[in-house]
Amino acid sequence: MIDLMKSLVAEDRGHPQVAAGDTVKVHVRIVEGDRERVQIFQGIVIRVRSGGNDANFTVRRIASHGIGVERSFLLKSPRVEKIEVLRRAKVRRAQLYYLRDVRGKAARLKERR
Amino acid sequence: MKGMIGKKVGMTQIFDEKGNVIPVTVLEAGPCYVTQVRTAEKDGYVAVQLGFGVTKPQRLTKGQLGHLGRNNLPALRHLREFRILADQVDVQEGQQINADAFEKGERVDVIGTSKGRGFAGTIKRHNFHRQPKTHGQSDRERAPGSVGAGTNPGRTIKGLPMAGRMGNDRVTTQNLEVVLVDAERNLIAVRGSVPGAKGGIVLIKPARPRRR
Repeated sequence: MIDLMKSLVAEDRGHPQVAAGDTVKVHVRIVEGDRERVQIFQGIVIRVRSGGNDANFTVRRIASHGIGVERSFLLKSPRVEKIEVLRRAKVRRAQLYYLRDVRGKAARLKERR
Repeated sequence: MKGMIGKKVGMTQIFDEKGNVIPVTVLEAGPCYVTQVRTAEKDGYVAVQLGFGVTKPQRLTKGQLGHLGRNNLPALRHLREFRILADQVDVQEGQQINADAFEKGERVDVIGTSKGRGFAGTIKRHNFHRQPKTHGQSDRERAPGSVGAGTNPGRTIKGLPMAGRMGNDRVTTQNLEVVLVDAERNLIAVRGSVPGAKGGIVLIKPARPRRR
């Protein structure tokens, strides 16, 4: 029965593996009326949740005036056009919620080599 | 005649062409077999009896096996009747019905047995409000409150909502949209939720016509 469920999972969309701590560029398709355009959201992945069609990840970026903006994306959604991994960081936890409480120097992540 | 016996597989979400997320319940529908056609002359009413769930023959009684054996059907665990009008009988005994009896976009009613909640209080069972946690209250948080007046009438009125057994009832979810039909694996996905636990037996019928 569980296998029947898995058989319905959407096909792999060929995105690279994303993990917490990665700096990514997410290309999102946005429909405005009848126009369609691609928006780029760049930031740090603070969590990745698995789970077939429901798999998603949250990206945090610091917008203007130091305001933190978080956005979640569905990994299997056709609206997520492309994911680029710019940098991978060494992190010691799967959910980087502590980044919400720190700013500036403290919010840096060490790059993984 | 349109209808099937199925099994609730579980819920997930799928994407439509625009990329919108649709919450769906996946049902394993079929293969169902027509085990008997009841006729007005013989049985006094018209119905189609369907069977679902191939099982080992030793799980059934000889009577059940004999009933299925009349049409050389495999051992089926679940038999259900679908009442229909006499002019809607378009199936023969022994015929197989698969998930492709339904098509995408169609509206269906799904009947299942809701999850049993056991002996549930009034808050869970009848959506009563909780009483204050503080302000001198003690041990009254989930109590039902007053169940009647005083000496007159001197009794509690019948039918008052109270605690008791909840769930494990036959529940129909009406007018669900069929979002996906997978004939190969005999799966049907409907938009929204369906009563009962995963693995529960459900009946799938065309939606009742509704008023505009």
